[in-house]
Amino acid sequence: MPGSAELRNEQHLIASILAGETHLFHELIRPYERSVFAMALSFLHNEADAEDAAQEAFLKAFRNLASFRGEARFGTWLISITLNEARSRIRRSKVMPTDSLDEDPEAPGHISPALLRDWREVPLQALERQEVRLMLQEAIAALPQNYREVFLLRDVEELSTNEAAELLQISVGALKVRLHRSRIMLQKNLAPRLTQIGPKRRWFQWS
Amino acid sequence: MVIECKHVWTHISDYLDGTLDPELLAQVQKHLDHCELCSAILDSTRNILILTADDRVFELPLGFSERLHARLEEEIGNISTNRPDIS
Repeated sequence: MPGSAELRNEQHLIASILAGETHLFHELIRPYERSVFAMALSFLHNEADAEDAAQEAFLKAFRNLASFRGEARFGTWLISITLNEARSRIRRSKVMPTDSLDEDPEAPGHISPALLRDWREVPLQALERQEVRLMLQEAIAALPQNYREVFLLRDVEELSTNEAAELLQISVGALKVRLHRSRIMLQKNLAPRLTQIGPKRRWFQWS
Repeated sequence: MVIECKHVWTHISDYLDGTLDPELLAQVQKHLDHCELCSAILDSTRNILILTADDRVFELPLGFSERLHARLEEEIGNISTNRPDIS
């Protein structure tokens, strides 16, 4: 996410675009291409659909730029447009599972992590391997939708708790519950598999 | 007060975000100091969050930017009354 100098520059760019220098829109959105694509891919599960949704989100941002009032950061506003675009595509598609939409995400229920005795750090270099990147993408995509939205906003897009809660129109308390559960679900899904990519580790069997 | 493993797990997210209140933090920390199971769960969760936050996880497809900006160019040209200067 951009720093204060970039934010001032953004405000300046937006004012110039609205004043007619529309070509500056290209410059405005360049820092957000990956964020928007990551959101779209996590919902739509394939690159072609995600790319199309991402393009549509940027186009909607351009068409509606005059309605951006600057109460939120431009990046947050753009992510909310992307989220709406992804949600509406999921609704339109009969093929996509509706997974957790009927679930009450605040319902009591304990989610247990994967149990292990020791953990040797998986280094960032492991991300050079496509199988590792895909494993992470798929694990995020496999989260129930309510949890996936929260996880992406907080831990991938790095919005603050308040920004994410406001964007999703849920309470900070509900956001924290969903974030916690999404993180534990990812740990449960990924920790056992990530250990397979490095040296062998000893596992503790819980009974 | 001694807290159990399962109790510690419910605080992992707040622990990682640094939002536990000091009293609870002290209890969790004390537990972590001598529980290798909970320490490994915490470390693995932290490690996974570092990995998923990395830009490389969601790499843009080849040609993504070019296609995006070409489509934008088309749209901006259609909408705008002030065409950009071609320089």
